[in-house]
Amino acid sequence: MTRTLAIAKRILMEMMRDKRTLALMFLAPVLILSLLNYVFTINSTPSVEIGTVRVEQVVSDSLNQTSHVQTKNYVSEKKAKVALKDKKVDAVLTQTGENQYQIRYANTDASKTAMVRQAVNGTFTKNKVAAMTKQNVTLAAQNGQQAAAQSSVFLSEKYNYGDQDTSFFDTIMPIFMGFFVFMFVFLISGISLLKERTKGTLSRLLATPVRRSEIVFGYMLSYALIAVLQTAVIVTFTITLLHVEVLGSVWLLFLINVLLAMVALALGLLVSTLAASEFQMIQFIPIVVVPQMIFSGIIPFDSMASWAQAIGNILPMKYAADAMNAVVLQGQGLSAILWPIFALVFFLVALTGLNIFGLRRYRKV
Amino acid sequence: MEKIISLEKVAKSFGKLKVLKDVDLSLGRGEILGLLGPSGAGKSTVINVTLGVEKADAGTAYVFGEVMPQRQLLGKMGYMAQSDALYESLTARANLKFFAEMHGISKEGLDEEINRVAEVVSLGKALDQYVFGFSGGMKRRLSLAIALLGNPLLLVLDEPTVGIDPALRRQIWAELHKMKEEGHAILVTTHVMDEAELVDRVALLMGGHVIANDAPKKLEAQYGVPSIEDVFLKAEEELS
Repeated sequence: MTRTLAIAKRILMEMMRDKRTLALMFLAPVLILSLLNYVFTINSTPSVEIGTVRVEQVVSDSLNQTSHVQTKNYVSEKKAKVALKDKKVDAVLTQTGENQYQIRYANTDASKTAMVRQAVNGTFTKNKVAAMTKQNVTLAAQNGQQAAAQSSVFLSEKYNYGDQDTSFFDTIMPIFMGFFVFMFVFLISGISLLKERTKGTLSRLLATPVRRSEIVFGYMLSYALIAVLQTAVIVTFTITLLHVEVLGSVWLLFLINVLLAMVALALGLLVSTLAASEFQMIQFIPIVVVPQMIFSGIIPFDSMASWAQAIGNILPMKYAADAMNAVVLQGQGLSAILWPIFALVFFLVALTGLNIFGLRRYRKV
Repeated sequence: MEKIISLEKVAKSFGKLKVLKDVDLSLGRGEILGLLGPSGAGKSTVINVTLGVEKADAGTAYVFGEVMPQRQLLGKMGYMAQSDALYESLTARANLKFFAEMHGISKEGLDEEINRVAEVVSLGKALDQYVFGFSGGMKRRLSLAIALLGNPLLLVLDEPTVGIDPALRRQIWAELHKMKEEGHAILVTTHVMDEAELVDRVALLMGGHVIANDAPKKLEAQYGVPSIEDVFLKAEEELS
C-alpha cells in the first residue's frame, strides 16, 4: 500500500512538472467544448423558406406563422422547382387535390429539412384539430352542451429536457464530457508507462521488491485523481459558462467519469505494451479512441445494424455515454444506471488483471 | 566463504538465439566479481537471471541460498542498470526517495541514508536539482547512488562507471572496495579493461559459456599476457 501511494505520488509529481501536458488536459476540453457549443448553437434554429404551389390560404398562413418559416407562392410547379434547384427555397409544397399535398425537399441541410418537416406537420395537425373542433362545436351546439368549453383549442407543449432553446450540443455534451476524460487519460497514461519502459525505469522498478499489482494500482490512483480534477473543470465550465443543464446528480457524473478514466487508463497501459514509441502510441488513436466516439451515441445507436451494435457493445465509452445521458438528460439516479456502471467495472477488472499479468513480461515474479 | 550468488548450469534462450548455454558462476561475501565479455555475450542476461527478471530455461540460479526468481529477495539487492533509468522531471532527492520507498527502506533515517549515498557519489550539493539538467556523469552517479540505498548485501552493477571522469571513478572504486571489506558481495560488468584489474575475480563470458574464471593476475599468467585486455583479445581469438 505504501508503495502504491509512493508510485501514485511520483506520477503526480512528474505530471506537475509537465506544465504543457497539464494545460492540455484541462484547457483543451474547455476550448473544444466552447467551439462545439458555438458551432451547434448557430445551426440549431435555421430559417427556412418553403415554396408553395396552389396551396390553400389557411395552410400557407399557418406556415407563415411558424417561427423561422416563410412561404413564397409560385404560380406553377415548374417555377417552384427551379427556385428549389437554385436554393431560393428549401422545400416546395404543392397541393395536388383536396387534402392532398406533395412536398419536395432540397435536403442539402438535414437540420433545415427537419425544420420544414416539423413546420408542415405542425400546420396540418393544427388545421385538422381546428376542423375537428369546428365539427365538435357544431355537434355540441346541436346537442346543446359543452359548447363554450370546446370553442377554442390550443396545443400545449412540454419538454423533458431543456426548452425551445435546447440545441444539438446540449444532447451530445454528456458524451463529450466522458470522451475527453477517456482520450486524455488513455493517451497520457499509455505514454507515461511507455516512457518508463523505454527509459529503463520500469526495469529498475521491477528490480525492487515492488509487486506488479502495486505498480498498476499506483497508476490507477494517480489517474483517478487527475480524472476527478478534469471532470470538475469540464462540469463546472459546461454548467456555469455554457449553461448546460444537468438534471441528475453531479456526483454520479464524477463516479461515471472516474470509472471511465480507470478503464481508459487500463486500456492505455495495455496498449502501450504494443507500442515501441510515443509516435506509435499516437497511432492507436484512430483504432482505439475514434471508434469509442463513433459508437458512443452521437450517431443514434438504435438505428445501427446489429453488427455495428455488437461493436459498440464491446466499447467501454458506449456504457459511459449511456450512463452520462441518463444522468444529465433524464435525471436518473444510481439505480437506473447500474447496468452501464457494472459493465464499466467489468472492463476495469478484466483490463487491470491483464495489465498485472502482462507485466510478467518484464519480471517473472 | 558464504555464497551469495550461485548459478548452476544456467541456460537461457531468446527465441532461437541461445544466449547462455551452460553458465556456472558464483560470488561470495566480501568479493568483487567482474563479468567481462564482448557485446551480446549475455552479460545482461546473467544479471537478469540473477535478479529473477528472467527465469533460466535450464539450471538453477541461487541467490542468498534461495532459488530465483524470488520477489522479496530483491529488497536485499542493489541494482544499477546500463541505462540511467531516472525520472528526469524529478529532483535527485525525489528519485532517491522514491526508489528507497520501493525498496522498502523504513522512513526513519531515510533522509540520512539519502545524504549518505549522495555523498558517496559526490552529489550532495546537487540533491535538490532536477535530474533534467544533470550531465551524463551526474546521472550515472545518481543511478549508482540509488543502487547503494539501504546498504544492500549484494550489489549488481551493469557498467557502473561509463561516462564518469577518472577522479570520480577512482573514488567509486574505493567505495566499492570499502563495501567489499565490510562483507558485501559485488557483481560488476565492465568494458573498461583497466577496471577489470581492480576486481578480485574475472569471469570471461564468451559463446554462452564462462571460459575463464580467476583472479586477474592469475588469468594474465595463464594466458601469458601482461593485461586483462590482452587476455580478452586472446580468448576471443582462440574461440573464433
